[in-house]
Parts: sequence; C-alpha cells; structure tokens
Amino acid sequence: MTVNETLATYSNYLVYGAMAAYTIAMIAFAVSFAAMRGRDLVPAASVPAGTEVDSGAVAVATKVATTVGGPDDGALPPGRRAGNIGMSTTWLGTILLGVAVLLRGLSVGRAPWGNMCEFSMTSAFAIALTFCLMSLRRDLRWLGVFVVTPVLLILGAAMTFLYTEAAQLVPALKSYWLVIHVSAAMICGAAFCIGATVTVLFLVADASERRHAAGRNYPLDWLASRLPQSARLDAMAYRIHAFMFPLWTFAIVAGAIWAENAWGRYWGWDPKETWAFITWVAYAAYLHARATVGWKGRKAAAIALIAFGCFVFNYVGVNIFITGLHSYAGV
Amino acid sequence: MTEVRDSSPDTADAPQSFSTAPVDGDGAPVGIGVVGWLRWAWRTLTSMRTALVLLFLLALASVPGSLLPQRGTNPIRVNDYLADDPVKGRILDRLGLFDVFSAPWFAAIYLLLFISLAGCVLPRSLQHWRTVRSRPPAAPRNLGRLPEHRRVEPAAEVQPQQTLDTAAAWLRKARWRVDTTAYDGAAGTVAAEKGYSRETGNLVFHVALLCLLGAVAYGSLFGFKGTVIVREGSSFADTRGQFDSFNPGKAFQDSSLPPFAFTLTRFTAAYQRGGQQNGAAREFSADVSVVSEPGATPTTGTVQVNDPLVVNGVKVFLVGHGYAPTITVKDAKGQVVFHDSVVFLPQDGNFTSTGVVKAPDTVPQLGLQGFFLPTAAVDTVHGPHSTFPAADDPGVFLSAWSGDLGLDTGRPQSVYALDTTHMTKLGIEALRPGQSWTLPGGHGTVTFDGYVQWASFTVASDPGKDLALIAAIAAITGLALSLLVRRRRVWVRVSSGPGGVTVVEVAGLTRSEHTSVAEEVDALATALGTTTSSRTTAPKGPEENR
Repeated sequence: MTVNETLATYSNYLVYGAMAAYTIAMIAFAVSFAAMRGRDLVPAASVPAGTEVDSGAVAVATKVATTVGGPDDGALPPGRRAGNIGMSTTWLGTILLGVAVLLRGLSVGRAPWGNMCEFSMTSAFAIALTFCLMSLRRDLRWLGVFVVTPVLLILGAAMTFLYTEAAQLVPALKSYWLVIHVSAAMICGAAFCIGATVTVLFLVADASERRHAAGRNYPLDWLASRLPQSARLDAMAYRIHAFMFPLWTFAIVAGAIWAENAWGRYWGWDPKETWAFITWVAYAAYLHARATVGWKGRKAAAIALIAFGCFVFNYVGVNIFITGLHSYAGV
Repeated sequence: MTEVRDSSPDTADAPQSFSTAPVDGDGAPVGIGVVGWLRWAWRTLTSMRTALVLLFLLALASVPGSLLPQRGTNPIRVNDYLADDPVKGRILDRLGLFDVFSAPWFAAIYLLLFISLAGCVLPRSLQHWRTVRSRPPAAPRNLGRLPEHRRVEPAAEVQPQQTLDTAAAWLRKARWRVDTTAYDGAAGTVAAEKGYSRETGNLVFHVALLCLLGAVAYGSLFGFKGTVIVREGSSFADTRGQFDSFNPGKAFQDSSLPPFAFTLTRFTAAYQRGGQQNGAAREFSADVSVVSEPGATPTTGTVQVNDPLVVNGVKVFLVGHGYAPTITVKDAKGQVVFHDSVVFLPQDGNFTSTGVVKAPDTVPQLGLQGFFLPTAAVDTVHGPHSTFPAADDPGVFLSAWSGDLGLDTGRPQSVYALDTTHMTKLGIEALRPGQSWTLPGGHGTVTFDGYVQWASFTVASDPGKDLALIAAIAAITGLALSLLVRRRRVWVRVSSGPGGVTVVEVAGLTRSEHTSVAEEVDALATALGTTTSSRTTAPKGPEENR
C-alpha cells in the first residue's frame, strides 16, 4: 500500500491549526489564571482534610460557585471569561488534532504511531482529549495552562526535530499488537503526564500551606492561592495514578505477548523493557508509599514524579541514546 | 497492600480496621533472645517499609542493565567494551554489571522482595478468608460519629421491625453482605458490608506476582533458545550441533528437542526507495519447506517477522538476514579447492557485509577476507561500502592471503575472522558477479559467481509462558479490583428515643482512600423514609468546584 501524500499534507496543516488554537488557549488560560482571585491560604490550610462540615454549608458553597459562573450573570468573576475562551479553544485544537491524527493514519493505512513523530502527535492528542473529558465533570480551568503548555511543546517537537514523513512501517512493527500495546502505552503516558502536572501543583500548594500554617510566606504563594487545596490536588493525582496503573501493567503485558510473538521470548531485558519495568516498579512504589505511614504526601508525590521521569526517559532517552530491539528507522 | 494502615480520627470508633495488614514492626526489641530477634527480623522484612525500600532497590539495580551492554542481549558489545577499556571493564564484569539480570545481587533483591511479599500476603489471605466468612461487624454505639450519618423519619404506620426488614432487603438486593439484629423493643440494627473484592483483588495481584516469578523460573529451567543462520537452498535440522548458538535451561534435556528440519527455499526483502526513510526495511519473508518429523512429507510455509513458524510446539522466528557471496577458488593447476556461498555479516543499515573465505585444501593455504556490497560504492572517506540494502549492483572487495590458516593448532577459530599471523598478503581486488581474479604469484584464481541470501532464525521453547500469561492476567484483574473497588460499611439502627419516638439512623463509612459512601447512604435513607437531618464529611475528592 502506498502513502497518500495529499492526506499527509492536510494532516500537517491541521496540526499547525491545532497548535495555533492551543497557543490561544495557553495565553487565555494564563490570563485567566493570573486574573483569578486567589483564595486566602491561611484559613484553607488551617482546616485539616476530612474535617466534618455541615452539608448545608457545602451545598451553599457549591451553589455559589456554580451560579457565579453562570452565563447570564452580568458580572463574571475575574478571569472567568478568559478561562472560557481557553476551554473552547482547547476543544477546538483537540478536534483539529484528532482529525490530523486520523488523516495521518489514513494516509499510511495503519495506526498513526509508527515512529516518534507520530507517537508524539497522538500522545499530545491523548493528553488534550483526557483533559477535555476530565473537564466535562469538573471545572478544570485552573489546570488548563499547565496541560496545554506541555501539549504545545510536544507538538512542536513532533513537527520539528522529530518530524518524519508519512511512510510505511518496518516489518518489526507490522502487527496488530502495535495497535493494542502502543495505544495502551500512549493513554497511560497521557494520564501520567496530567498526573505528574497535578502532583507538581500539589507540591506547590502543600509547601505554601505548610509555610502559612507556620505563619510564614512562600515565594510561590501567588500560584498556590489560585490552586485548589493541596488535599484535593493530592486526591486527584492519586486517582489518576491508581486508575492508570492497571492499564500500564496491561501495556507491559501486551508488549510481552508481542515480544514473544516477534522475538521468541516474552521478556528479554531489552532497554525499553527494562525502563518499562523500572517505571512500573516506581509507580508501584508510589501506590505503596501512599499506604505507608510516614510516606504520604510529599514523599509519595516525589516518587510519582520520579516514576514519570522514568516514563519520559523510556520514551525519549531510550529511543534516542540507547540502541536496542526497540530502535527503528525514523526513530 | 494498598490499604491504609493507620487509623484516622474520624473512624477511630469503627469496630475494627478494614485492613488485615499486620502492624509495621516497631523498634528493635531488647533482651528477647534469638527467637525474639528472628521474629523481629521477620516482622521487619515483611513490613511495608521494607517492601518499599526493596522496590526502590529493584528499580535502581535495573538501571545499569539498560545503560551497559548485557551478555544476554548483546555479547559482542560486551566484548568490545572489555577490549576498549580492559581495566574498568574487568571491574564492571567482576561486579556482574554485564549480566545484571542474572547477577546474584539482583537475585538477592527480588528474592527478598518476594519473601517479604509472601510473608505479608499469606497471613493476610488467611485473615481475609476469615473476614469474608464472618458476619459484618456490629454497629458502633454512636452512629453519629461516623463520616456519613442520616436521621430518617419513616412513614407513620411503619413498625420498627418493618424498617429493619426493608433496609435488609434493600441492601441484599444491592448485593451487600447483611447481618440483622431484630428489634427487641428498645433497639435493632442492620449491619452491612460491601467491596470485599478490593482486598481479594489485592491479594490475588500479589499472589499472581509470586506465580509469575515461578513461571519465569520454570521456563528458564526447562526451556531453550537457539539461533541458526540458514542460506537459501540450505537446510537446518533441529539438533543441538546444528545451531550457531544454543542456550538451554539448566534442566533442559536434548531429548526434548522435537525432531524437525526445514529448508530455506527463498528469502525476500523489500525496502523503501526514496524519501526520508530511503532504505528502511518494508518486508521480510522467508519461504521454507518443513519436514515436521523424520520421514514426513515436506510442507511449505512462510516465516515472517511477527509471524513465526510453529512446528511440534516449538516456534521458529525470523530474526535477521544478510548476503552470502558465492566464491570459487582454484589452485595454480586449475583445480577447484573451494566453492560455496559464504555467510557475510552485515555491518550497517545498507548491508555493507564482512566475511572470510578459508581454502585449507591447497599448499600454501589460501584465505580471503573482505566486503560484500549489495549496492557497491567506493570513496575515500568510507572506503568500500554499500549505498542501499537491496542487491541492486552487488560487488565484493577482497584481499587475498597465502600461508598457514592456523586451523591445525586445535584452537577454536571463528568462521568470520581470518588469523593472518602466519600469512602474507597477495593483493586486493574488487569483483562484480561473474568476474575472476588471477592471484599474483601463480596462487590460482578467485571467482565471484554471485550471491544467495541468508536468514537467521531463533528456535525457542518456553514451557513456562502459558503459566506466566495466566499469572499476568490474574495480576491485572486483581490490580484493577484492588484499586477501583471501594470497601464500605453501612449500618441502620432503629431505636426508641425519648418519649417513645422511633429514631431511625443510617450511617456509613469507607476506608478506601478518597472515596465516599454518601450516595449509598442517601439512597438507603430515602428507601426508609424522609431524611430529617444529614451530616456528611467534606468530600476529599476533586469533583467539587472550587
């Protein structure tokens, strides 16, 4: 099957279009974040997580939060309009990127993740889509700038130094396991990326709240005051990681089944396999740390970030600096 | 082992901890004798903190295995490393850093981890078994102190026992485990629990990991892996001697090698022509004729990457390919002293290949070494090299040597290297297919007749892999259950309050992190009557808008 150059070209145009949309989204989210009324750190920090609150008060608070954001309200809170622009342009960018990924796949007649360029492109789409879907259930405008920026960076890398022309696959990748194994790895990568972002924000909020509890200031207070409470960020990060860990396990097992079918062994400590294992162990350590007295909070968060570092190294470092069975033409 | 082990203040009066985890070992005891110390060591080893440290060590220990060349995956690069830097290389080798994953210290880490895991999981399994078979814990005295609490007013005509029955039926229908204490005139309760599969999944996951380790060990003991290079037109029979390299497991018996043979009839390769990925492989395919056991009729088959050949429970994988130039050497009298297709090993992506021809049956002996170039080119920078992997314009570039090949010394020699210590160089020549070269000094002629392709195959059997797959599936299932199922309890108490008023309370709690039982408590309360007062712990989840 030959490559359809026209579709590949349209795919590239759409990626540039998506990048333009994400740039607007990033700026809008940044403006929104800067304009947001920061919360008062002291009382928030002094309320320990899990303290009983009268449900009536919660209901009132929720109601206020939602009605204030209502479209009919003449006086929008500061930053809300920019946040809305950010959210809609993110959706726009994600739709454009989704079509771009689809066209790239159609142009070569296979799953569009056969090299680092395509993998990065599709991963960026997965991150953006995950964020958009998560935002359907909750207000994530505060998180927007921290997600759209890496998406934009990944797309930039995919279209410049990682850029690879649309082409057929090397024989090693011609297998339906490419669809199963790599898509699972990509979805995990997307979620781990958002998980790591939230974890970093947790560390900022936590540091700020600790200082304030001790009556001191923190250089990143301006950032922390615009974020949800650290306990909530922690819970959000945990949920993302806990939800993704079984899928990451599946991605590794699917890779092992494929390896058995291609190379005659399901596990051979190839550098890619080794780092997938290291990443798995690191995330397992994170989940265990969360259940170990004295390791919760900051220490567990640090482990989650180390684990994400391993994941990124497995993708970037192993592909570029280490030769192994996972080295293919066109990177 | 992902349960929370400490108890938070809001659940301090819960009847018993959800977790069956043993309490972490505290400080080392004093004056307790050998048994005490052993007990302390066991408790420390099986504690979560130790498991955490071992997990870290395991990850850390794997790192050099990916950064340094490993014997198991790339023995040639290990030898290169040792040759380039013998001092550092020898130290690293002594530390087992070229064999990380079979090094004793690596084994020590994972064995300790698995012992720690077994020591933690087995007692917890027993405990969980008892919990699953026992009744849900009785209601705490003060339901009002639980994280979720509702006060319900049932319809006027409903008797206290009826409320309890409704609650029990509602819970049973929602597949809760229910235990009822009948209304005795003063009070009656319904206790219910759900989500036991969280702990079950957790235990299944960890036991599955133990099974996985067992499957890996079993497979590496009883399995084997061999590689062989077969030229087009040549055959391979599945016996140990025919393999170029053979790695049997420690308990492997040669008699379990299934007797089969195959002939490589044709090898085809296709490459990308033009564009950014010019020369990238697009298709490999090896046509073979297989004899599944001695005397059987040959059948034809195709081996491709990702599509192995299965014969008698053994898989044959296509793992590499290359070229074998056909060379004829005649001595001074015109007698053919060598005629064969010789396997040359590819050195780069364009299949610039190197190899050696040894003609021992002439005096003095003759040796050739040089390049096979599928698309030949020569320039001053690269010397003789190939510019495309397909054989578009093949050529060889050979140097001829005469003297003693050194085959009679008894020392094993590589078929890919020429020992020229006792030989003199006769000259260098480039040849196209069909061309001959008359060697200087009347040593005879060398003819480059053409080439055939070769394919390398891995023949492997791993009897542990099915068990490993089952264990992996069990592990994923267990993991999903343990991370996604919520373990929660609810209680309903009907009591007669001051002035003969019937008080109905519904309360619940969950010990899974960041989850809430509020919705279920609400639903149950609604099923029992009108909620008159409700109190809920502030949700810790991120759902709520800020």
